[in-house]
Amino acid sequence: MQDLGISILFKGTNFLRLLGGLGITLKISLISAALSVPLGIAFGMFMTIKNPVTRAISRIYLDFIRIMPQLVLLFIVFFGATRMFGWNLSNEFSAIFVFAMWGTAEMGDLVRSALISIPKHQYESAEALGMTKLQTYFQIIIPQTLRRLIPNTINLVTRMIKTTSLVVLIGIVEVMKVGQQIIDANRFEYPTAALWIYGVIFFLYFFTCWPISIVAKKLEAKWKN
Amino acid sequence: MKKSLLIAAAAALSLTLAPAAFAEDVPYRTLDEIVEDGTIRIGVFSDKAPFGYVDENGDYQGYDVYFAERLAKDLGVEVEYTSLDPASRVEYAATGKVDVVLANFTVTPERAEQVDFALPYMKVALGVVSPEDAPINDISELDGKTLIIVKGTTAETYFTENAPDVKLQKYDAYAEAYNALLDGRGDAFSTDNTEVLAWAQVNPGFVVGIDSLGNLDSIAPAVAKGNETLLNAINDEIAALGEENFFHADYDATLADVYGDAADPEALVVEGGVLE
Repeated sequence: MQDLGISILFKGTNFLRLLGGLGITLKISLISAALSVPLGIAFGMFMTIKNPVTRAISRIYLDFIRIMPQLVLLFIVFFGATRMFGWNLSNEFSAIFVFAMWGTAEMGDLVRSALISIPKHQYESAEALGMTKLQTYFQIIIPQTLRRLIPNTINLVTRMIKTTSLVVLIGIVEVMKVGQQIIDANRFEYPTAALWIYGVIFFLYFFTCWPISIVAKKLEAKWKN
Repeated sequence: MKKSLLIAAAAALSLTLAPAAFAEDVPYRTLDEIVEDGTIRIGVFSDKAPFGYVDENGDYQGYDVYFAERLAKDLGVEVEYTSLDPASRVEYAATGKVDVVLANFTVTPERAEQVDFALPYMKVALGVVSPEDAPINDISELDGKTLIIVKGTTAETYFTENAPDVKLQKYDAYAEAYNALLDGRGDAFSTDNTEVLAWAQVNPGFVVGIDSLGNLDSIAPAVAKGNETLLNAINDEIAALGEENFFHADYDATLADVYGDAADPEALVVEGGVLE
C-alpha cells in the first residue's frame, strides 16, 4: 500500500506538473516580493512623516489592507474591476497586484518601526554635521535599519510564498492546486495519495523557503558591523 | 462542506456585487466573437473527478469536459480551459471571464439572477446507501430506523421536512458520516446520489438502494447574463445531441467506471435538455 502511494508521483507527468505549479507559485510571490520591498521602504518613510494628513492616509491604507482577507482583495481586484469598470485584468496580474499591495503595507510597517527604533541622536548628529534630510536617510539611517529589517522581511517573503496558494480561487493553478488535482484524479485507485502528495508539497515549500533563510542569515552576519 | 471558504466567498461576493448599481456592461463575448477568435474559454473543475479533473498527463478529463470538447468541436473552435473552484463559478460566468461554465453547476434561482443557464445535461437527487445484508430500497423502510446525514446538506432538509419518523444522526464531515456507516452506528446514509454511488462502488458490502429521491436538481452550462447568441448556440447543441444519445455515451466514457454496473444512468443523465 505504501509504495503504491508514492508511485502516483511518477505516473505520467505528475511530478513535472507539481514543479510547474511551484514555478507559478514562485513567479507570483517573488515578483510581488520584489515590488513590495522598495515600495515598502518608501511607504515606511512616508509613514514616519509627522503630518496629520499623511499619517491618516498611511493609517487607512495599512488598516484596510490588514483587515481585508487577501481572498477578498483578490476577488475585488479580479472580478470587481470587471464589474465596475469593464476592465478584464488577467488573473496573474490581479494576484501580483494584490500581493504587492499587501506586501507594501506590511513591509512599510516593518520599515516604519525600524526607522523609529534608530535613536534620535543619530538624526541630530547628522543634522549637526550639516547633512540634508535625504543624506541623513540614505547615508545614516537606512544602512542601520537594513540589518534590523532582514529577519522580518524574510518572514514576510516566506509568508507570501505560502499565502499565494489562495490564488486558486481566481483560477491560477499553482502547486497546491496541482497537488489537489493529482489527489483527486487518483482518489478511487489510491485513497492514501493525499498523504504522499502533501508530503512532497511540504518538501517543495521547505526547499524553497530554506535557502532564503540561509541567505538572510549570511547577510545579517555580514552586515553586523 | 468547506464553511470557511463559503463564508469568505460570500463576503467577497457581497462586496463585488455592492457596486453593481454603477456597473459597466460586462465584456462577455458573443458567439461570433468566439468563432472569429477561434478559441472558446470554458471554465471547468480540475479536481472533481469524475466530472472535471486533470489526468496524469495534465489533460482535462471528465463528464463535463467530454461535453466541452464536443461543444467546441461543433462550433469549430479550440478550447482553453480555466480551472474553477465552487466559490468562483458564478463570478467567472457573470463577468464573462470564461465564455461558458461547465463545472457541475446546479441550477438555483439565486444563481439564475447572476448568470444565464442553458438547458440541463445532468440531474442530481438524493441517494441512500445501506449495507448489502440489510438494504434500504424504499423510503418507507426507514421508518423507526437511524439515518446518517451530514449537517447542512440537502439531505438534512429533505428528511427533516418529509420523514418525521426517521431518526437522524448528524455529522459535520463526510468522512465521519462514512465511518459511522462502516461501524454500523446507523442503518443507512443519505446525501447526493453521485456521492453515494461512487462511494458504494469502492466499498464492497454496501449498496445504493435508493438512487433518486427528493427534489431533482438539474445541472446546466452557464453563460454571462444576456449573452443570448452563445446561450442559443449551446441550447441548440444540447437539443441536437439528444438525437444521438450523446450524454449516454458521455456517461459510458466517464462515469460508468466510477458508479459501476449497479448504477442506472437514467438517474443522472439528461438527454436533449428534457427533464422527465
